[in-house]
Amino acid sequence: MDFQLDEDQLALREGVRSFCDGRVPLDSLASFEETAGFDRSLWTELAELGVFNLREPESAGGVGLGTADAVLVFAELGRRVVPGPLVWSHLAAGLVKGAATGETVVGGVEADIEPVLVEHLESLDVLLALRDTGVFRIDPRELEAAAIATPLDPLTPLHHVANLPAGEKIAGPEVAQRLRLEGATLASALLLGIAEATLEMALEYSKQREQFGRPIGSFQAMKHMMADMFVKQEVARAAAYAAGATLDQPSVGDIDRAVGSAKIISSEAALRNSGACIQVHGGMGFTWEVPVHYYLKRSWVLENCFGSIDEHSERVAIALADARE
Amino acid sequence: MDLRYSEKDEEFRADLRTWLEREVPAHGAPPPVNDWPARRAYDTGWQRKLFDAGYAGISWPKEYGGRDGSPTEQLVYYEEIARVNAPYIGVNFVGMLHGGPTLIAEGTPEQKKCHVPQILTGEQVWCQGFSEPGAGSDLAALATRAEVDGDHYVVSGHKIWCSFAQAADYCELLVRTDPEAKSRGITWLIMDMNSPGIEIRPLRTLAGEGEFSEVFLDNVRIPVSNRVGKENDGWRVKEVTFRFERGAAFASDMIHLKQFVSELVDLTRRAPEGPQGWNDRALRRQLGHFSAELDALWAMVKLSVCESSKTGIPGVGASAVKLFYTDLYQRITEFGVRLLGRAALSRDDVAGLPSERILARSMQALSLTIAAGTSQIQRNIISERILGLPREPRPAPPPRPAVES
Ligand SMILES: Cc1cc2nc3c(=O)[nH]c(=O)nc-3n(C[C@H](O)[C@H](O)[C@H](O)COP(=O)(O)OP(=O)(O)OC[C@H]3O[C@@H](n4cnc5c(N)ncnc54)[C@H](O)[C@@H]3O)c2cc1C
Repeated sequence: MDFQLDEDQLALREGVRSFCDGRVPLDSLASFEETAGFDRSLWTELAELGVFNLREPESAGGVGLGTADAVLVFAELGRRVVPGPLVWSHLAAGLVKGAATGETVVGGVEADIEPVLVEHLESLDVLLALRDTGVFRIDPRELEAAAIATPLDPLTPLHHVANLPAGEKIAGPEVAQRLRLEGATLASALLLGIAEATLEMALEYSKQREQFGRPIGSFQAMKHMMADMFVKQEVARAAAYAAGATLDQPSVGDIDRAVGSAKIISSEAALRNSGACIQVHGGMGFTWEVPVHYYLKRSWVLENCFGSIDEHSERVAIALADARE
Repeated sequence: MDLRYSEKDEEFRADLRTWLEREVPAHGAPPPVNDWPARRAYDTGWQRKLFDAGYAGISWPKEYGGRDGSPTEQLVYYEEIARVNAPYIGVNFVGMLHGGPTLIAEGTPEQKKCHVPQILTGEQVWCQGFSEPGAGSDLAALATRAEVDGDHYVVSGHKIWCSFAQAADYCELLVRTDPEAKSRGITWLIMDMNSPGIEIRPLRTLAGEGEFSEVFLDNVRIPVSNRVGKENDGWRVKEVTFRFERGAAFASDMIHLKQFVSELVDLTRRAPEGPQGWNDRALRRQLGHFSAELDALWAMVKLSVCESSKTGIPGVGASAVKLFYTDLYQRITEFGVRLLGRAALSRDDVAGLPSERILARSMQALSLTIAAGTSQIQRNIISERILGLPREPRPAPPPRPAVES
């Protein structure tokens, strides 16, 4: 066991981080509002970076890495709340032609959870629907869908679909189940990135903003809030890394439990840390101008993807009960 | 990022498991909590058995009787002893979890030889004399004085909250060797608890037990050769002690806590319909949630163990583990008490409900956010040493009294 990042992983993380710093700096987030959360040229660059074909075998032109590596990459994307159907396009890499290279933009939806709200519909070339019976491919242009005028996350546009067509079955129930677990893990990684970024923003602001003649970051009430944010971030990191490592090496533990734990813990870390970050910013934190709100809103979106805190908690409880039989 | 235990680890696990399954039942039930001689005999007897079988001090060097095992064998060890509910480390806590490791890291060859193997065999029980009535969180305010007299320190003062003092042979003692300096005037000493001049007055805890004591020191003579580190360097040495104390020291308790959650599942399933029953969805989710938090906590321990295996000493990140663990422990035991309903009014088991165990745990839980540095102090450490936030302004020292001329 060496539950640490190796040299390659550190380099991978550094590479994605510096890409995001250069290409999606914090003050660029607002500009995505004009493009409805999508930017084709950024998408192509993300594809070139390997975001979508990361886990495709090298023989198929992919990078040939594992889920644990994908967790590192998605945590970096989460740090900058990079918009777009990142997780779905990544999951679709081996299923839909062109997804791995970024030529085909793939979104997805859990078909059996009402209301059916499709993210980024207008940017999609292919929509995947997950059902208990398998994975289905739907042509987004054939959908009868009503645009939501004001989605919660301004960078995640939504359409409401009253009657989702059956679509074409492209994979069976096992694949659907695997995509759910992998999707939950990558969403956890994005949420981890959000927990990290919001702590960083809080720290930076608290060192520079002064009240009562000294930086607010020197007040213990503020420091303790940020210490708690750190703990949340670190627990989420351990859980998200463990989920990725367990998917890569199923012999090391129970996949459902590892993934459920990661999704629960990282959702909470992201929600709490972005909330706390707003508090640290005081009145400024409640403005549209300070970008923390994008983080909080994305956390809500992600909490509701691939199983919410409550759904995973219930599943874990039932697994616990089964284990006692 | 590899979570696989090696084949060697798994062999170790299999051997240990076979051994534990035979020896744990044979060791019998623990004695009553307030019978210190019996507790000492029970706990050190178990330690001796571990030692004879080669399972004491998994990560300790071979030359002192340890196993020289890998950090992962240490994890396997914790997982297995918790799985079979092996006897609690009890009076060996201080020696095994931080006294011995501090000596290995900082002690002289003689000190190591004199104490480390004996801690492993259970011959030496240790306690910790750091806190004082006027110096708890602000440990640097400690006042217990040590003055050199030939080749001895002569020590007088008053220590408090000294766990297992009643059963201990030696004490990790912090004393003041420079009255002018604050943290720079402190020294770490090994005190023989049988020295003349030591008086131990047990304190009763809120759980009714005599877990810790006040210790009064009146001109206690301690050989200078019992000093660990240099004179006035005790503040740094105690930091090493703390890292061990706050690091993986609670690892086996974490796994016990996992089992406790499973027991709460059983409890709720016995009466599925009631207000505390399994069919209550919110309650079910709460249990699943706790379990997920415990899994994440264990992953965090693995991360920090792998990290500290490079340096041999747990990092400051141990504060994050302690903070999360102790808070979670309190939330889980509080939930357990809620499940008991009115049976929680009784510390004896009533109506087939395990009141005794649940209440004992929930009371113990209250100490976890205080002992080994309070949660507030852990937050100070994280915010200042890890996050780099400005320190609280310290009050200016009082003005020197004017010299009368
Ligand atoms: C079960 C148990 C076993 C123990 N065993 C031992 C032992 O074996 N050996 C030993 O030496 N000690 C032992 N202790 C003592 C323990 O280390 C101290 O109790 C602890 O460090 C707190 O010190 P205090 O009790 O003096 O509380 P205080 O320091 O007086 O703290 C009181 C409250 O004020 C808060 N506070 C204090 N300073 C600050 C600050 N700067 N910022 C914010 N809040 C602050 C604390 O968090 C706490 O809530 C034990 C304690 C317990 C409960």
